[in-house]
Amino acid sequence: MQPFSYHQVEQADTAIASARLDQSMYLAGGTSLIDLMKLNVQTPQQLVDINALPLAQVEQQGNGVRIGAMARNSDVAYSAMIRERYPVLSEALLSGASPQLRNMATVGGNLLQRTRCYYFRDTAFPCNKRVPGSGCPAIEGYNRIHAILGGSDRCIATHPSDMAVAMMALDAVVQTRGPQGTRSISIADFHLLPGNTPEQETVLEPGELIVAVDLPASPFAARSHYLKVRDRASYAFAMASVAAALELQNGVVRSARIALGGVGTKPWRAYDAEKALINQPLNQNTLQAAAKAAVQGAKPQKYNGFKVELTKRTVMRALATVGGMA
Amino acid sequence: MNSSDMKSVVGKPLNRVDGHAKVTGAARYSAEFPVAKLVHGVTIQSTIASGKIAQIDTRAAERVPGVLLVMTHLNAPKVSGEAGGDRKLPLLQDNQVRYSGQHIGVVVADTFEHAMQAAALVNIRYDEEQPALHLKEHLDQAYVPQGKIPRDQPPDSAHGSVEQGLATAAVKVEQTYTTPIENHNPMEPHATTAVWQGDRLLLYDATQGVFGAKKKVAAVLGMPPENVRIMSYFVGGGFGCKGSTWAHVVLTAMAARQVNRPVKLVLGRMQMFGPVGFRPETMQQVSLGATREGNLTALRHAGTSITSTFDEFIEPVAKTARMIYACPHIETSHRLVRLNVGTPTYMRAPGEASGSFALESAMDELAYALKIDPIELRLRNYAEFDPDKKLPWSSKSLRECYQQGAARFGWQKRNPTPRSMRDGNTLIGWGMATATYPTNRSPASAIAQIKADGTAVVRSGSQDIGTGTYTVMTQIAADALGLPAEQIQFELGDTNLPETPVSGGSQTAASVGSAVHLAGTEARSKLLQLALMDQASPLYGATAEDVIAQNGRFLLKNKAANAETYGAILSRHGLKTIEARADAKPGEEKDKYSMHSFGAQFVEVRVNPDSGEVRVSRWVGAFGVGRLLNAKTANSQLIGGIVYGIGMALMEHTVMDPNRGRVVNADLAEYHVPVNADVPSIDVIFVDEQDPHVNPIGVKGIGEIGITGSAAAIANAVYHATGQRVRDLPLTLDKLL
Repeated sequence: MQPFSYHQVEQADTAIASARLDQSMYLAGGTSLIDLMKLNVQTPQQLVDINALPLAQVEQQGNGVRIGAMARNSDVAYSAMIRERYPVLSEALLSGASPQLRNMATVGGNLLQRTRCYYFRDTAFPCNKRVPGSGCPAIEGYNRIHAILGGSDRCIATHPSDMAVAMMALDAVVQTRGPQGTRSISIADFHLLPGNTPEQETVLEPGELIVAVDLPASPFAARSHYLKVRDRASYAFAMASVAAALELQNGVVRSARIALGGVGTKPWRAYDAEKALINQPLNQNTLQAAAKAAVQGAKPQKYNGFKVELTKRTVMRALATVGGMA
Repeated sequence: MNSSDMKSVVGKPLNRVDGHAKVTGAARYSAEFPVAKLVHGVTIQSTIASGKIAQIDTRAAERVPGVLLVMTHLNAPKVSGEAGGDRKLPLLQDNQVRYSGQHIGVVVADTFEHAMQAAALVNIRYDEEQPALHLKEHLDQAYVPQGKIPRDQPPDSAHGSVEQGLATAAVKVEQTYTTPIENHNPMEPHATTAVWQGDRLLLYDATQGVFGAKKKVAAVLGMPPENVRIMSYFVGGGFGCKGSTWAHVVLTAMAARQVNRPVKLVLGRMQMFGPVGFRPETMQQVSLGATREGNLTALRHAGTSITSTFDEFIEPVAKTARMIYACPHIETSHRLVRLNVGTPTYMRAPGEASGSFALESAMDELAYALKIDPIELRLRNYAEFDPDKKLPWSSKSLRECYQQGAARFGWQKRNPTPRSMRDGNTLIGWGMATATYPTNRSPASAIAQIKADGTAVVRSGSQDIGTGTYTVMTQIAADALGLPAEQIQFELGDTNLPETPVSGGSQTAASVGSAVHLAGTEARSKLLQLALMDQASPLYGATAEDVIAQNGRFLLKNKAANAETYGAILSRHGLKTIEARADAKPGEEKDKYSMHSFGAQFVEVRVNPDSGEVRVSRWVGAFGVGRLLNAKTANSQLIGGIVYGIGMALMEHTVMDPNRGRVVNADLAEYHVPVNADVPSIDVIFVDEQDPHVNPIGVKGIGEIGITGSAAAIANAVYHATGQRVRDLPLTLDKLL
């Protein structure tokens, strides 16, 4: 770890003003940032501690729910409003990390957590995400945990969040404040594909602060489910995960949301899979069509070819559960 | 007079005597000793797997405030890392890089933070060479080890001719099984605090063997051994990686001498993957031949494992095959392939754990090929004596283990057809395997001292690596001395105490326990003699056989009123203490008997057919391990071994980058060991077994047998559940899709 200065702030404005300095980062739960600082992967010169900001509420907002950026993962997961109206989000949060980590980790921080790519986390390796232009050893290396969707020849690192995958299925909107004012950003637009600039992971501008995530009311959110497949029963990142939500009318799908985790370079919305279900009854054929569409364009690597089949099966199982077939 | 005359403390489920100290934080581990003027060391590690350090620029590191020393091969004192046996240690004596993660420098600073900051600022330029990284690519370079496998056995063995045995076989199984690199990951990382007092060196070290550390450190530094003292009161798990003295221990001592201050050096979790050993990758060929009736006609187990380019460690995978089943033709062999990796080392049941995966999987394959129940197949080949040594067993309860384990598990309800058992969509599989581990014992000494206040102190070098040594030795001493456990203070973990062996090979209970038993018995005997010859004693004139020792008193068997306390005898003789020392060692029993623990593992797995996820849902293990010293710690030891086996079977896998040879999953988030949710309730049965031959206290050692057979039992259950035979560990979901 390299030396840094540390400031606690109590107001969002002060936070934003403080963070405009170069090499400054916001410190929320710290479960990812402090870890990466110890590894010298992130070396901010200043930490602006935003834990005292009054942004930890989970509350009704219009017909939807607003979740403060500093709400802890545990508090969101166990919120009655979330469990009843957006079960996929509660399930996704509880499938991640461990109770200790969930008690610290925040909603804003979770959206910004960094990849678990081995090569990103070890400064002895080159990494385009960490040192732009230095190369990607994962593509030729051990890439069992890497992405099959959304990769580029510069980066195939997965986004590790479970929470963000559920939010993709819920059409969440990220609310921010920054030096240029406030913005509302659709979750689908929030994370960026790696392309030629894997170091740019989100659309956030320097100093811009996430203040809340809004979950709109929807006809499908209450019938939703998060299914995570992993190498051990708890405390493991997804090999593949699916957030699924359905609006059914007389057994016919009226609207559908399918988002994937553990397989994409960002929280992955499977639009084609959703389309395959619209106005269709749920049966083996339509589930298979959706599963096939979900992995359309997948580019498996040497060690992660299994993720294509695993993703398809996970999509089918998640849909079957949501659709009451399982 | 004998211990059966009194109520025995041995065997009782006594709570750990050090439990309170541990849960309150009072127990001091090696990085926790407050030493005046202590400074902090951090090692710098190589980032390439093979080559030379062309340039090492320490200027930026030296400018960090508080930095006292940046020690590299350019300024390190000259020492010999090969002196003193044990592992060969790279100790900054040259610019050669032998594996990625080799210690190539030490930074010492006033604070840990300054040392870490500086270590990251050392700039190194390498001349890289092409590393050898893959076992399969270098099989043509496999060689016959120069060394022996444990118990001084040659790497190869042959009884009869396997080719001949296979030629007459009605059914054959010939398969290759592979196991990956695994790392020990005790909760407490390696830690050393080095304090120089003139030309004497005191090391607080997280070690499984204080005396081994003393000898190695003295030899490497060219010091008389009596000038080195090692203390290790509490060790937070070892599993083998703390059995040898590794480079960082000596480097800490070297750095402390350079800066003339005590230095503490704790390895980070990432640094636990490489420089302190690991279970090596293996490739094992097993050939079995059998008659239609299931009698083995041939058994060959040929193992190849990896070692480093500069040292040799043999994973003795085929050792068990020499003795576990009756068969006229048995051949075993061990080969090594040198790669640019750190030197492997002992890891919980080295050889037995990895070897039993191959052999016990092959036995299951043979059972299916013959359509014979896997227990029945094993019974038909039950070894009534050791087929390698041609010696009788000192005791063997394997038949009872199969019977009692199977009964508790409900094995007879098993439908052997793969995929025949389901719970809804979930596939259920039942598998079993044989477990075995040798009974080891080494010379060990102890001193027992009875005090006038009626308490006793018993001392023996040794170590408690979390296994319960403090507790079980207290129990043995209690029985030997005729005192309640709470009146006994047992001291260990210091080379100033009587010499003992490494806590490895499941031998501490047998070795140290025998010494403690003999020292305690002798001290009590000496005290009794004082009384018997003393006219003032109510015991005067009686013989030792007439006397019972109980709660710190001697009393006549048939006249309990004639009694006196230990304190009274000592006081009357003007003695503050009476003590005895025992130097115990194995005797001719090892030439007359083959000594092993045996067991049977039964497991139920549940497999999700869509995801390939395997979860263990039920476990019964039955073991014959001689006398139990403590029912509670013994149960915990077996459970711990089985949990280690669940990890080995389903998740443990140290992954090296295929091009650069760096471990890529060197942390506890990515290197998976079982979490609570992965572990079902584990039912351990101890089969009643009395072994009068093994050692004076009749124990066989229980630290390692729990893992043996575990991985095979799971793989066999997975086959039963899915019809898929996985011969490559770990058994991750991608292998079942």
